[in-house]
Amino acid sequence: MNGSLAPEILSLSLQHLRLVGITIAIAVALALPAAVLLARRPAARRWVLGLANIAQTVPSLALFGFLLPLIGIGEHTAILALSLYALLPILRSTLTGILGVDPSVRESAMAMGMTPRQILWQVELPLAVPSIVAGLRIATVTTIGTATIAAFIGAGGLGVFLVRGIAMMDKQALLAGALPAAAMALLADEGLEWIERRLSPA
Amino acid sequence: MPSAILEIRDVSCALGGRPVLRHIDLNVEEGETVVLLGRSGSGKTTLLKTVNGLVPASAGEVRFEGRAATLWDPVRMRRRMGYVIQDAGLFPHWTVEANIGLVPRLEEWEPARVAARVELLLEAVGLAPAEFRHRYPRQLSGGERQRVGIARALGADPPLLLFDEPFASLDPITRFELQRQFVELRRTVRKTALFVTHDVREALMLATRIALLRDGALELVATPPEFRNAGTPEARAFLAGIEEDGRPK
Repeated sequence: MNGSLAPEILSLSLQHLRLVGITIAIAVALALPAAVLLARRPAARRWVLGLANIAQTVPSLALFGFLLPLIGIGEHTAILALSLYALLPILRSTLTGILGVDPSVRESAMAMGMTPRQILWQVELPLAVPSIVAGLRIATVTTIGTATIAAFIGAGGLGVFLVRGIAMMDKQALLAGALPAAAMALLADEGLEWIERRLSPA
Repeated sequence: MPSAILEIRDVSCALGGRPVLRHIDLNVEEGETVVLLGRSGSGKTTLLKTVNGLVPASAGEVRFEGRAATLWDPVRMRRRMGYVIQDAGLFPHWTVEANIGLVPRLEEWEPARVAARVELLLEAVGLAPAEFRHRYPRQLSGGERQRVGIARALGADPPLLLFDEPFASLDPITRFELQRQFVELRRTVRKTALFVTHDVREALMLATRIALLRDGALELVATPPEFRNAGTPEARAFLAGIEEDGRPK
């Protein structure tokens, strides 16, 4: 690889990781409590999941476009849009995990005198962990890919190479952006899959 | 006269507009094993669940240890009632030891005291502590899971035990072993129990009194010898089932 690109690949990769890390952190921080609240409210659950599904269908480039006039160009806009996308898989998988707890297990927990809070923290969430990690994995891999588009609105990251490569028809720049992003996605996928397997209780 | 740990007074219950329990009156005295016998849909499981408040009664009153259930904090009350269900409902992510120690831990016992209690209970239900305490429920047979379920229910030495068809899904041999052990256990720990089953043999073997439910109403409350000679229609229907293939034990 061209020696002059190496430092840029490194710095843009780090920027890309930062973008993905912040996005996933925000999505988890919103999705987990939302899932816990929605697990006990079937009516609200239908509404929220429906809305989230619709939001998910808006193409990412278009969403960036909509958000630009509202919050302007740069990293904030990208992180907001990416978090919206990452939210749904985590929300959905957490809900699946909590609702999938064996009813007889929940019933004994209640009958043994555990409080709702103890049931949530000691039974439901631990049993939902593999499912939560599965959602986290999907969200992370997707975000690593989608984050490349964030370069179009000035958020930086590996997408900068892609924008340049497309504009200048520079194959080397395209590869400099695409390969590290793909490697990052593969690594995240493998790593989280490993964690998912380790945490499966049964 | 011994004091009633549990008093069920004129309890009725409707689920989704359908009456499931009709005017049930039943006392459980200290040291008794009262078996709720009935066919599927007779309301026996619902009655058990009105006792620990998993299903609210629509009318009438349940009193536990002399106090109306509505005046109890449900969490405190349930910790004084052991509970065993058909599939044991063990926590799959916890070891046998953690499962059995649940209520003592919730009651904030010292860890050393919890460990000693777990060991004692494992021995009481016939499982070698060294071999079983660190296993997970998935590493147990059906019979072993039920034994752990019973040990968990006995965790903090509750005054009342509730059993909901605990042996129903076991093979006949294991079931018989556990039934025998239940009788044995009762002799040593002198527990009071309310036990749901649809198996009349089990009822006759385990009960000090049998409460027979039919369509949500109590048809009969009788000791096993009285039950064998009872003339009520549902009692005869149950007894007919075992006379065909041998004498009731």
